[in-house]
Amino acid sequence: MISAIFAENLTRRFGQFVAVDHISFEVPAGQILGYLGPNGSGKTTTIRMLLGILHPSEGRAQVLGYDVVSQSEQVRASTGDMSQKFALYHDLTVWENLTFYAGMYGVREERRVREVLYELGLDEVQTQMAQTLSTGWRQRLALATAIVHRPKLLFLDEPTSGVDPLARRAFWDLIYSLAAQGITVMVTTHYMDEAEYCSLIGIMRAGKLLALDEPQRLKDSLPGQVWEVYVDPLLPALEMIENHPAVRHVGLASDHLRVITTEGEPIAIVTKALSEKNFQVRTAQPGIATIEDVFIALQ
Amino acid sequence: MINRLISLIRKEFIQIVRDPRALAITFLMPVMMLILLGYAATNDVRNIALAVLDQDQSPASRALIAAYRAADYFQLAYVVSSEEEMRQLIDNNSARAGLIIPPDYSEQVNSGRSAQVAFVLDGSDPTVANTALSAAILIGQSQSTRIVTQRLERLGMSRAALSPIDVRTQVWYNPGMVSAYYMIPALIGQILQFLTTLLTATSIVRERERGTIEQLIVTPLRPWELVLGKLAPYVIISFIDMLEVLIAGTILFRVPINGSLILLLTMSALFLVTTLGIGLLISTVANTQQEAMLTTMLTLLPSIFLSGFFFPLAAMPVWLRAISYLIPLRYFLIIARGIILKGVGIASLWSEIVALIIFAVLVMSAAASRFRKSLD
Amino acid sequence: MTETLIRVSGITKNFGVVRALAGVSLWVKEGEIYGLVGPDGAGKTTLIRLICGALRLQAGRISLCGFDVADETERAREQIGYLAQRSAVYEDLTVLENLKFFAEVRGLPKEEWAERCRWLLEFVGLAEFTGRRAGQLSGGMKQKLALAVALIHRPRVLLLDEPTTGVDPLTRLDFWRLIIRLVRGEKLTVLLSTPYMDEAARCTRVGFLHKGHLICEGTPRELRSRLAGRILELIGEPASLLIDLSRADRQVEDVQRFGNSLHLRVQEGQAEMVIRRLNEAIRKAGGRVHRLQLVEPLLEDVFIVLSEG
Repeated sequence: MISAIFAENLTRRFGQFVAVDHISFEVPAGQILGYLGPNGSGKTTTIRMLLGILHPSEGRAQVLGYDVVSQSEQVRASTGDMSQKFALYHDLTVWENLTFYAGMYGVREERRVREVLYELGLDEVQTQMAQTLSTGWRQRLALATAIVHRPKLLFLDEPTSGVDPLARRAFWDLIYSLAAQGITVMVTTHYMDEAEYCSLIGIMRAGKLLALDEPQRLKDSLPGQVWEVYVDPLLPALEMIENHPAVRHVGLASDHLRVITTEGEPIAIVTKALSEKNFQVRTAQPGIATIEDVFIALQ
Repeated sequence: MINRLISLIRKEFIQIVRDPRALAITFLMPVMMLILLGYAATNDVRNIALAVLDQDQSPASRALIAAYRAADYFQLAYVVSSEEEMRQLIDNNSARAGLIIPPDYSEQVNSGRSAQVAFVLDGSDPTVANTALSAAILIGQSQSTRIVTQRLERLGMSRAALSPIDVRTQVWYNPGMVSAYYMIPALIGQILQFLTTLLTATSIVRERERGTIEQLIVTPLRPWELVLGKLAPYVIISFIDMLEVLIAGTILFRVPINGSLILLLTMSALFLVTTLGIGLLISTVANTQQEAMLTTMLTLLPSIFLSGFFFPLAAMPVWLRAISYLIPLRYFLIIARGIILKGVGIASLWSEIVALIIFAVLVMSAAASRFRKSLD
Repeated sequence: MTETLIRVSGITKNFGVVRALAGVSLWVKEGEIYGLVGPDGAGKTTLIRLICGALRLQAGRISLCGFDVADETERAREQIGYLAQRSAVYEDLTVLENLKFFAEVRGLPKEEWAERCRWLLEFVGLAEFTGRRAGQLSGGMKQKLALAVALIHRPRVLLLDEPTTGVDPLTRLDFWRLIIRLVRGEKLTVLLSTPYMDEAARCTRVGFLHKGHLICEGTPRELRSRLAGRILELIGEPASLLIDLSRADRQVEDVQRFGNSLHLRVQEGQAEMVIRRLNEAIRKAGGRVHRLQLVEPLLEDVFIVLSEG
């Protein structure tokens, strides 16, 4: 069976700057690949190369069996792309935007346009101008334009940025239903809770792919133990234990500290150190490792 | 307070300098326009290609042809042997006019009868045709006068008795009637208007487009400070452009500046208040730089056509002439041409100056009342 | 006795026929971090813009540190630093030029702003990049520059409109550490809007805006206690079976994914019953339950209920 995405030593340089540095990975069809990394770590550049709109400086990649350089036309015809800034015409209506993109991909049947509108629940706003839509609706319309030509692989570049929690959840329900239809999805996001919904997760830093695996295996591989420490005042406590030898990493998690201890070190050493400096330690309970922990530990 | 203004102006200049391409265009455009308009858009028609069919081939017919050649309106381009050949030359635009001298021309002239000469014209370009027509008639008349004079002199009459009226024309202010002299003052006005309107409108809209206006709004910067700070750099640039055109005009086209330079600059400043106000007004309406640019174009076209820039106001229908009174550039052109070409002073221009002042006050107050330091 | 620095009373704002805010009142005391949350289009940005005077009020009053925003606009503005959603720095100016410009526009004398700039650049971590054009900074750095710009005149109140949208978790964490340090060290009062519920949980108080109304307000703890005893966490497999069976239970009001777990919202007092019933149903259907228990509700659970309501 052909992999949906296959990349080997994929590299892209801009002058001296190496945006993507020899990355290799493979994604089987039907998977949802969450692609994480700080701003400027090379996520968007990777997607652009896979879409065939940016040529690799080195290495090769195949998308749905097509070479991204020599068969970029086929790549573009069978993939969908939804970019960070939703590429919509603000002065066109929902219907006009969608029929325009359908036309660009050579989709002539009005039935397909209707079908997509209905599938994404856009039928109730189809006569509205894109600029009058809320961010959540605009995001759905952008998704609609990316799937109107029935792509087998979908690239989503920070699709949920700036969207409220409820709309984000609704959007992920849509992604799931697309994946259930056999569409492979590659999605970048800054929301670590969303990353948990993916079947595969890749983490990038400074152009390098640090890890690519199933979420659970990534979390299992996290060295050390996660603790949720409720302490007052929060920030000085964080700053105090930041460089403590028993602490591998510490971060702010809503109203408490999330501490990853060095392997074999008990949390008691840390809480004792805090209490000695007159911090009020309320509780310290073991936490379950999350993708956010993995992400932060790898950076 | 004054410091705030200075820092706003300085920031504006830094940004202007950081975009060297736009800056270069700002300074090259006026000179380019001057050269284009000065050389190309001239109404002085010369060297019209003339085809001649001389069926007479006599000393008299050659004298007539020589008379046409002597005037620099015509250039003897073709000597043809048939009317058909002449038609072809005019059809394919090789010749614009044709002179047909009949076979009996010298016979008619020498026998004292009136000789018929045909002058064929391509009327598709009215400017050329008009000039060619009047020149052809004029040359024909003077040639016939000469023939008559020669004839009468032979009969012993004095030259003075032969022409009871001798009209001596004397052209004031632009004796060579060079179009460039007329164009350059107009060009100054047009450049002042176009650049200031466009630059102020887009520079304010750009802040809105990029979202920086929001940060400016929450500073204690007062609305008039914001306006003044945004306008001042473009006033300076426009003035430099104006001087550039004046200097280039004097060097390239030898346009004499007959009046007071100080008065010219003062009047330009007065005119600028109006055009800046228009730019400011546009910026309160436009949401994108593109909109601002198109709106500027919209204000520019009537200014060019109804101000007397190209087409004399006197030749326009009454209703259009009425509209032209609403065009500030109209008044500035009269003032600029007055100062540069005629060398006149305030005394002869006061009505236009008053009109400009009224415009400046009206436009600026309209702009000020619309311009708000807020997002809604 | 702590002072109330932001006092918003009964404000209304319409855009044409669209009502953006309808009679919103709230106040923020010195040293607080007040978080505004709510669905898109609830009026968060409009509220913040009204407070900083970038939009004009149609009804109601806003006062900042005792100055009325409508009558004493400039005095009120001197009290605030404002960070808009789109980081508003001049991309063609350098880091230092940006700071200098806004310092001068704010009327700071040179001897004062030079020192302040140095401190701020050090504080936000841009000291090495003073000569770089803002357009060449990364998204996170641009945001930090915008923060420095907002702080240049030592405001007492900081208004932030979704300051961390589209920013990666590490940068977000950095940004929050700066904010908390400002509140403690510089005695700043902060009002911010955010789409991240974990950020809202770091605020001292949270207000929930919905369709132009402030429908609910309180400390994160207070808000979460509204759902106490009603949120079950379910971890097991296969996920689709767990979701279907949970949704089928009549006492379960809502099922949401939270990372690799599910949150079930159950009717008041029904938690024990549902746990017993679901455990059995899942086992019968051939699924596995790793964990099914009552948990402390998250702010996101609360958000979901309020957005639906």
